[in-house]
Amino acid sequence: MLSQWGFVLILSAIAVIIPVAAIVLGHFLGPRRPDPIKMDVYESGVETIGDTWVQFRAQYYLIGLIFLIFDVEVIFLFPIAVAYAQLSFFSIIAAVTFVLILLLGLFLEWRKGALEWT
Amino acid sequence: MNWSDALIQLQYDLGAPRELSWLVEGVTYFVGAFILANAALVLALLLIWITRKVISRIQDRIGPNRIGPYGLFQTVADALKLLSKEDITPASADKISYLLAPVLSVVGVLMALAVIPFGPGLIGADLNVAVLYLVALGSLGIMAALMAGWGSNNKYALLAGFRVVAQLLSYEIPMVLAMLAPVLLVGSMSMQRISEAQSLYLGPINLGVGWFIFLLPGAFLIYLIAALAEAEQTPFDLLEAESELIAGFHIEYSGMKFAMFFLAQFLNSFFLGAIAVVLFLGGWQGPFAGQIPLLGPIYFLAKTFLVYIVIQWIKGTFPRVRIDQMMQFAWKVLVPLALALITAQMIIMKLPLPIWINYALLLAANLVVVAAVLNILGSYFEREQVRSKRAFAPRSLIGTMQPVQSSSGD
Repeated sequence: MLSQWGFVLILSAIAVIIPVAAIVLGHFLGPRRPDPIKMDVYESGVETIGDTWVQFRAQYYLIGLIFLIFDVEVIFLFPIAVAYAQLSFFSIIAAVTFVLILLLGLFLEWRKGALEWT
Repeated sequence: MNWSDALIQLQYDLGAPRELSWLVEGVTYFVGAFILANAALVLALLLIWITRKVISRIQDRIGPNRIGPYGLFQTVADALKLLSKEDITPASADKISYLLAPVLSVVGVLMALAVIPFGPGLIGADLNVAVLYLVALGSLGIMAALMAGWGSNNKYALLAGFRVVAQLLSYEIPMVLAMLAPVLLVGSMSMQRISEAQSLYLGPINLGVGWFIFLLPGAFLIYLIAALAEAEQTPFDLLEAESELIAGFHIEYSGMKFAMFFLAQFLNSFFLGAIAVVLFLGGWQGPFAGQIPLLGPIYFLAKTFLVYIVIQWIKGTFPRVRIDQMMQFAWKVLVPLALALITAQMIIMKLPLPIWINYALLLAANLVVVAAVLNILGSYFEREQVRSKRAFAPRSLIGTMQPVQSSSGD
């Protein structure tokens, strides 16, 4: 098992080297004639007004929170799925109850309007 | 026989000293990883060519046909052109995240190669947490797109970055839940074990058509829709909607840095198709794959290219969705249905009945989910069609090409 992760480690090293090498190669092969207009941000030809890194809608934050809850739930479901054959019917009912509670939470958010994107 | 064991044995036969087993293993894995990663780069060139050809045929064009046979080397020429382009970094960009984003997007995609089983014994690393590993790598792609959107210091790129977060986060939940269904059936997260479980024995002969799509069509449909969104393909390509955001999060990138995003996107949609093949379409299983080992990789690649071409077909035919429609479809349709499906599967497979009745009940539950998704989509598109017809109906005769009809009685 450990040597399997060794393969993943070597592959990840190669996966980092390939894009870095390509970008460095492109950097040295291409021409370099920087000027202030070229280095400016592209906004259809007009100069950008104000700061770019502005405040954004709270809706994105809300979606992030809901995602966090469900992602953790899914992570809990994976061990149950792997051990499924050994589990008794009662423990499956416990797992289903866990899913149903979260499903109720989703319906509550739905009723509260957290999923609306207006 | 595993490929790495065969290669290690070959080195010992050639006279490698037994004391240096760590070096022999390291060389083996390096050779395997190097071949795999470089094959992926060649594959990307082929994928871009396939996309162009399929899309151009759908649009009644010929597509690239000048360089090489059937224009096969057009993408090579494009890559060389991108290599000779100027490498621009905006003066006001956040340098670290701007430069790290293209590297990270390629890393996340290339690392998925490690757990894709091309045939019996032909898998980079047969991890026992492979499905979870793939989910983790999916998050790396989200990070790359977000970093590119934030680091570019461009308003279009930032908007695209917001959309990336909203879209990829929302569709990750139904995708992972759909990936859970085959794991539940097999009881293992190893890709090789999932592939092996999809055999169908008729006496001693392995027909290799016990694919999970025949048991879990609902999970497959949910996975396919969510994978389209995860791969940023049409109809969910609104993070690089050309008509709204110009190019999306990679608007400020040029030359090789842009090529890296391009590469990552095409490889990502191919690998999501490959995961669909492993989880639902039998992986390398097929008629006589057990007898003739060479057939395994052929079946696997044929199925994966078929799924890829279907994805491109969808790309050529569907209009783009709006962000509110997309978010509502994820949270109000796909997530409840996927959760219901998993719950039903958990209960059904534990019922003390003959296994065939369990499978029939599971299939019935899946078909209900398929019917629900298709019904919701169908009624939605019908409503949209009526709405858009009303919106574009001429309200007066001014500006229309119809002749003015003279009223009677004049």
